[in-house]
Amino acid sequence: MLLNHTTSKIVERKALTVNPAKTCQPVGAMYAALGIHGCLPHSHGSQGCCSYHRSTLTRHYKEPVMAATSSFTEGSSVFGGQANLLQAITNIFTIYEPDIIAVHSTCLSETIGDDLGQIVSKAASDGKIPEGKHVIQAPTPSYVGSHVTGYANMLEGIVKYFAKKSDNLKNQLNILSGWVEPSDMRELKRILKLMKVKNVLLPDTSDVLDSPMNGKFEMYPKGGTTIPEMVSMGDSLHTIALGEWATEKAAINLDNQCKVKFSMQDLPIGIQATDRFIQSLAKLGSVSVPESINDERGRLVDVITDMHQYLYGKRVALWGDPDQLIPLAEFLVDMDMKPVYIVSGTPGKTFEKRMEKILSKSVPEAKYKNGANADMFLMHQWIKENPVDLLIGNTYGKYISRDEKIPFVRMGFPIIDRIGHSYFPTLGYMGGLRILEKILSELMDQQDAACPEESFELVM
Amino acid sequence: MVKKLDITQGLPDPSKVMDEIMAKYPTKIAKKRQKSLVVNDPAEGKEIQANVRTIPGIITQRGCTYAGCKGVVLGPTRDIINLVHGPIGCSFYAWLTRRNQTRPAEGEDNFITYSFSTDIQDSNIVFGGEAKLKDAVREAFEIFKPKAIGIFSTCPVGLIGDDVHSVSREMKEELGINIFGFSCEGYRGVSQSAGHHIANNGVFKNVIGNNNRERIGKYQINLLGEYNIGGDAFELERLFDEAGITLLSTFSGNSTIESMEYSHMADLNLIMCHRSINYIAEMMEEKYGIPWVKVSFIGAEGSAKALRKVAEYFDDAELSAKVEEIIEREMKKVETVREAVKAKTEGKLAMMFVGGSRAHHYQDLFTEIGVTTVSAGYEFAHRDDYEGRDVIPSIKIDADTRNIEDLTVEKDLELYREDLAVKKEKLLKNGYEFSNYDGMMPEMKKNSLVIDDINHWETEKLIEYYKPDIFCAGIKEKYVVQKSGVPLKQLHSYDYGGPYAGFEGAINFYLEMERMLCTRIWKMVTTPWKTDPEIVGSFAINE
Repeated sequence: MLLNHTTSKIVERKALTVNPAKTCQPVGAMYAALGIHGCLPHSHGSQGCCSYHRSTLTRHYKEPVMAATSSFTEGSSVFGGQANLLQAITNIFTIYEPDIIAVHSTCLSETIGDDLGQIVSKAASDGKIPEGKHVIQAPTPSYVGSHVTGYANMLEGIVKYFAKKSDNLKNQLNILSGWVEPSDMRELKRILKLMKVKNVLLPDTSDVLDSPMNGKFEMYPKGGTTIPEMVSMGDSLHTIALGEWATEKAAINLDNQCKVKFSMQDLPIGIQATDRFIQSLAKLGSVSVPESINDERGRLVDVITDMHQYLYGKRVALWGDPDQLIPLAEFLVDMDMKPVYIVSGTPGKTFEKRMEKILSKSVPEAKYKNGANADMFLMHQWIKENPVDLLIGNTYGKYISRDEKIPFVRMGFPIIDRIGHSYFPTLGYMGGLRILEKILSELMDQQDAACPEESFELVM
Repeated sequence: MVKKLDITQGLPDPSKVMDEIMAKYPTKIAKKRQKSLVVNDPAEGKEIQANVRTIPGIITQRGCTYAGCKGVVLGPTRDIINLVHGPIGCSFYAWLTRRNQTRPAEGEDNFITYSFSTDIQDSNIVFGGEAKLKDAVREAFEIFKPKAIGIFSTCPVGLIGDDVHSVSREMKEELGINIFGFSCEGYRGVSQSAGHHIANNGVFKNVIGNNNRERIGKYQINLLGEYNIGGDAFELERLFDEAGITLLSTFSGNSTIESMEYSHMADLNLIMCHRSINYIAEMMEEKYGIPWVKVSFIGAEGSAKALRKVAEYFDDAELSAKVEEIIEREMKKVETVREAVKAKTEGKLAMMFVGGSRAHHYQDLFTEIGVTTVSAGYEFAHRDDYEGRDVIPSIKIDADTRNIEDLTVEKDLELYREDLAVKKEKLLKNGYEFSNYDGMMPEMKKNSLVIDDINHWETEKLIEYYKPDIFCAGIKEKYVVQKSGVPLKQLHSYDYGGPYAGFEGAINFYLEMERMLCTRIWKMVTTPWKTDPEIVGSFAINE
């Protein structure tokens, strides 16, 4: 057994986290910053932070993930990191030549009280930021929230810096994407194109973290939201923010700063959440829904009706981030599956409310928890008490899957042992079809592997 | 086709490309970096700058002190709970990502698959985190009943004044198990290296010597600086077992805290990774009189040499005969594969920038299949790992090094092995080398380029210049280099392959290089219509 020490005996914990269902803020800030064009993320802290975040993102994408660090030493930790950051800004613009440096803080620089805004202003007044170049910043204390909070903070930092309100209202929508894969951002753009809705998508990691092999390393790949696009966000008609945890701060900032109103929505995962997204696009963009979108939706519903018997009543354990877990739970319930255990290390009060609304009637036995000590160890203990038929979550679930012999669908962050997430979306109706296909493959492979020989089915 | 660098007349002097690299740097940076890039001349013995701070803003390979302490040295040991005191990330990122394989017996403790953290929050930053840490220790003890708990400080911990050592002492008293702390905050040193030293000190003070176990074998050794990436230690255990050499403990691949507790009963310490573990070897010799020798089991020749060195030390005809029998049998297998692979790989060029020992050791494996290393360097080594231990007295002790405690060790009057000291004296007279490491540079070719703490800009320029057939580094470099059309072999994680140590390991590595150096996929990177332009149609069929 790989997780030999996990038993069904649950001891109340208030201090110890075991096998977390979250990580810390800066990695989210780094990921969000990679979704703007010509940007080099910069980690203001010890080297290890930058190294760990780059490594995790690299393992997840199998792509170059470039970022710099302030390389704190004991001295900078005592006297403050201003000198390090100023030197870093000069070196980065001279050696690596990005258009934008996106600085995020760390637990270290936050604890010693470094003020990124003040240091960046000093860099500007000292003439360390060349003409036409930009340094943006976001505070990302690792001891608050989770990786999703860091993503949200960087997104807020980006719109705060770039979005400008001019006198020319633009006939476009802002789409603030929650933490999803490059494939999903590509899918959002495809849907928006089908809907004929002009838009700015922020961030956009497609063509950054799914770049082709052509024998040439591009430090700044062709993808990412551009500066003119980000500036124009202040003139958009409206903002659709996808995923409360990841995008609400940026949406509020656009509203306060540029008076662009916003609609807070779920990530379009599954039927209903995608329906809501499509309806808002139609309403806010004043467009009708094209036949091709109806067809995509129809195909998804069709496959569910075809395969319903393999889904009905199946107990599922989920872990990951609230923005994904909420619409995913809703989707599973819509397919008559039972998301019985759900954990997320990411705190936030609306999680419980939303889950209660989705689950109280259809899956009253469901246990869900987020925030402190809501970890994979707890979820595994619940599974030990009463098992499930399926696991859905990041790569760390493979240890539970093997020990308990439970089929496992990888979704979330990080996925470091399989490919596919960069290329095949889970958003929209087509994404729903992919989730469905993966669930069915796992469940049906399990049936094929485990059933008695006489009930081994050719046609299923 | 890309024109390959011609090395038939020896390696070209890379001074020109070095100038191009320096030209991009601000003057101050160029001045500093210049000392870390050295055109090698083994006859002359040049000095390299190493173990100094990375310049802020430079895209470095390096990690932090915590990574070196928890991740490298303590992480591979299975029967201890490694509790990380800090925000969640530090424990999350070090969770199962280093591929330290371990093989517990049925029912034996194994916590490597778990991640433990105090997940400190902003209130702890303001009001202190010691109370939470104590609770976490108690909870860990209640739920898991471990034999030992190690507590690792992360950056904010030292700054808010939490004292992990006093908490450890208090909890040790309260719970009655071995509990000890490490002040391995990420910023403590210039790289992981500081963390290695801190880990060495902690293990030496709190673990080694706790159990004076009776002798269980005729020849008792420890293997130091072998972390069982990809099962390397398993392959070495197989060899020692067969030779009749008793491996008391490995620091720290496939190891237990229990075995470290009686490791001081060994007759000899073998060092693989000199950088990360030489401190323990030195301290064990001072306290217990156990001599140490540097070996490398990376490469078939090196493995044979290492086994012979152990046999020579014990000076026993039976052992020597057994060792020779193993070497002969294994080398036969190795040679068959080596010859077949070498026919395909001879003349290829390699570059490697990794770790504190691997960039040296792996050159041997490449040499065995006719691949030349044109440029190499370490991520976190010191001058002695490049130039040899002879330079240690002349290494300038800077503030960053002074920051890490050097333990004062005294002779253990009861356990000190005078017999081994006598043995050492005798062997020294016969030319046997103890406590020595010559480093990487004396073994590298003239004009090869040696670089400490290579960064992204230098990597890019050197790929352009050398056009190597293979590049060895880590995960962060992997796809950067591969996008340039050069295959990269990870020498931290082995790209999830291995083992590469010992004889079986050498065979695995040769075959892996055959795969990587002879694959056809790189030939498909360029589109056929790049050289055979599309015909521009006079009529359009698209819309």
